[in-house]
Amino acid sequence: MGLTLTTYLIVGATFALYIGIAIWAKAGSTGEFYVAGKGVNPIANGMATAADWMSAASFISMAGLIAFLGYDASVYLMGWTGGYVLLALLLAPYLRKFGKFTVPEFIGDRFYSKPARVIAVVALIVASVTYVIGQMRGIGVAFSRFLETSYEIGLFSGMAIVFIYAVFGGMKGITYTQIAQYCVMIFAYTIPAVFISLAITGNPLPQLGLGGTVADGTFLLERLDNILVDLGFSQYTIMKGTTLNMFFLTMSLMIGTAGLPHVIIRFFTVPRVRDARLSAGWTLVFIAILYTTAPAVGAMSFYNLINTVQPGEIGAEEGNLAYEDVPEWFSRWEETGLLGFEDKNDDGRIQYYNADNEDFAPTAEEYGWEGNELSVDRDIMVMANPEIAQLPAWVIALTVAGGLAAALSTAAGLLMAISSAISHDLIKGVINPGISEKGELLSARIAMAGAIVVAGYLGLNPPGFAAQVVALAFGLAASSLFPVLMLGIFSRRMNSAGAMAGMVTGLSFTLIYVFVYKGWFFVPGTNMLPDTPEYWVMGIGPQSIGAVGAIVNVFFALLVSKMTAPPPKDIQELVESIRVPRAS
Amino acid sequence: MASAKEEAAKAYWKENVRLLITLLVVWFVVAYGLGIILAPVLNNIVIAGYPLGFWFAQQGSIYIFIALIFTYVFKMNAMDRKYDVHEE
Repeated sequence: MGLTLTTYLIVGATFALYIGIAIWAKAGSTGEFYVAGKGVNPIANGMATAADWMSAASFISMAGLIAFLGYDASVYLMGWTGGYVLLALLLAPYLRKFGKFTVPEFIGDRFYSKPARVIAVVALIVASVTYVIGQMRGIGVAFSRFLETSYEIGLFSGMAIVFIYAVFGGMKGITYTQIAQYCVMIFAYTIPAVFISLAITGNPLPQLGLGGTVADGTFLLERLDNILVDLGFSQYTIMKGTTLNMFFLTMSLMIGTAGLPHVIIRFFTVPRVRDARLSAGWTLVFIAILYTTAPAVGAMSFYNLINTVQPGEIGAEEGNLAYEDVPEWFSRWEETGLLGFEDKNDDGRIQYYNADNEDFAPTAEEYGWEGNELSVDRDIMVMANPEIAQLPAWVIALTVAGGLAAALSTAAGLLMAISSAISHDLIKGVINPGISEKGELLSARIAMAGAIVVAGYLGLNPPGFAAQVVALAFGLAASSLFPVLMLGIFSRRMNSAGAMAGMVTGLSFTLIYVFVYKGWFFVPGTNMLPDTPEYWVMGIGPQSIGAVGAIVNVFFALLVSKMTAPPPKDIQELVESIRVPRAS
Repeated sequence: MASAKEEAAKAYWKENVRLLITLLVVWFVVAYGLGIILAPVLNNIVIAGYPLGFWFAQQGSIYIFIALIFTYVFKMNAMDRKYDVHEE
């Protein structure tokens, strides 16, 4: 059976499963549509949240990012997991106790202000829409690369699947498909990882294998450090960026993670406050299975790749792989454009080294190397892994299904956050408060369908700045939503004026800093300073500024609320009541 | 009666915040202290094939984050019961 056919069968089977769940989990009320009737088991919700959170980028790109950045990629590993500690301790239980349907609804009620609710809706939609574009593109790319369809057909298939379970099932349908998607993606990720770890280090647990020894008895990480230095790169395990930038980037990713609405609303679906706390713990367990495996996949597949092209002594002529001897997977991935070879010194052999390192240039010249000849797309570290480890076709097909599951589950979660903000916060909350339950449910379904169409359109015609905005969505969530949510719970004195001042200053500070380096409204060429470390203020890059924006937000929120009247008595009582688990 | 209840709510909240601060100090020290600021120094120590700073940054911190959340869950459940604010 050919690889494409196997892939069709496995991807088809997972899609059939998602549709089956959709038919079973149809939402009959707004409560079911928005928060799955608040009846989701905390462990099940942990799985669903893990799938909701881990996107196409986590699944496909993260290991490659780790491979090429080494230690410096730790900011993503810690940033995207440490945020759950903040979410579990500072937000999830209290927002669950509040017991409503959306994040802007909490902001509107707590700060007794419709404008505040609308600002929150805008922040939510900007962050979620830019995020969803990446997922839609991931679906289209996966289809066109592995199922040999066009990009458009791939995208439409993805939209159709999400449409079936999200429009009819709402949060209920999404929750149960996300659980299935989690299972698909975690099997797809860990099976090849176990085999590659066995092959390289003899240890089946990738988390231990990363500290294990390779064939010649040296530690894998030590070996990798040495090879990279011999090829003109920095050591794998040392810090290459500045401490301050790593500090703030990690902080921005953590605070941003905790402030992302599509993650927060998942905690509205469990029955009790104590379930919300427990569920956050399980979420992190399920995320950690992938996140602690990814560093092993990154290091091992990178080691494999270097060893493939540099099987012998570095510098010796026959030390490099002759192009005519490349393994089959190499040729296959060359066709996709993710691997590229250009024989710059016409010796018929592949040289992979750091040609940008001036200190290494004399050595390279001595070796007769005339430039790095291998271009590697980072996504290959996960997608080519099963082939490099010589696993059967069904494992390769499962990897494709896993990537699609990661993209679909995150897309559905984001679309849920967007559609509930539109139907519940804008239509029911502001435009037509008298709308009936049935009318609201219908408008929620229409909003969901509309959001899917818009996401699909943007996936087909991605705005040029999409990639940059996704990287900054965390900064925006960190500087606007998280501080206001936290202050709303932990400061009884925090009032409407303070919250608005905080959101506006935090958001503007972050946006302006970003625009200075990335161009005003991301228009190319309008940046006022070059986006390179030597021009960053104190070495803090635009992606790391969200944490500083959060501090600005908190500072102005506290200052302005001190100078203005305290919130009304019923609001202070609301704060008291969300701090206690039992309903009074 | 109402004031006794208020007092209890205040004490519950105070104890809750104290627990949060303790856990967040650990969170901060592990991620930012051991994982970033002290990582270059800790990398001189190699345990089970891992330079220690690198291990904290790519493995250890994540395990400790999980432990922190479950510690929080168990302590809060006990605290809810102690102050009689637990759910059914």
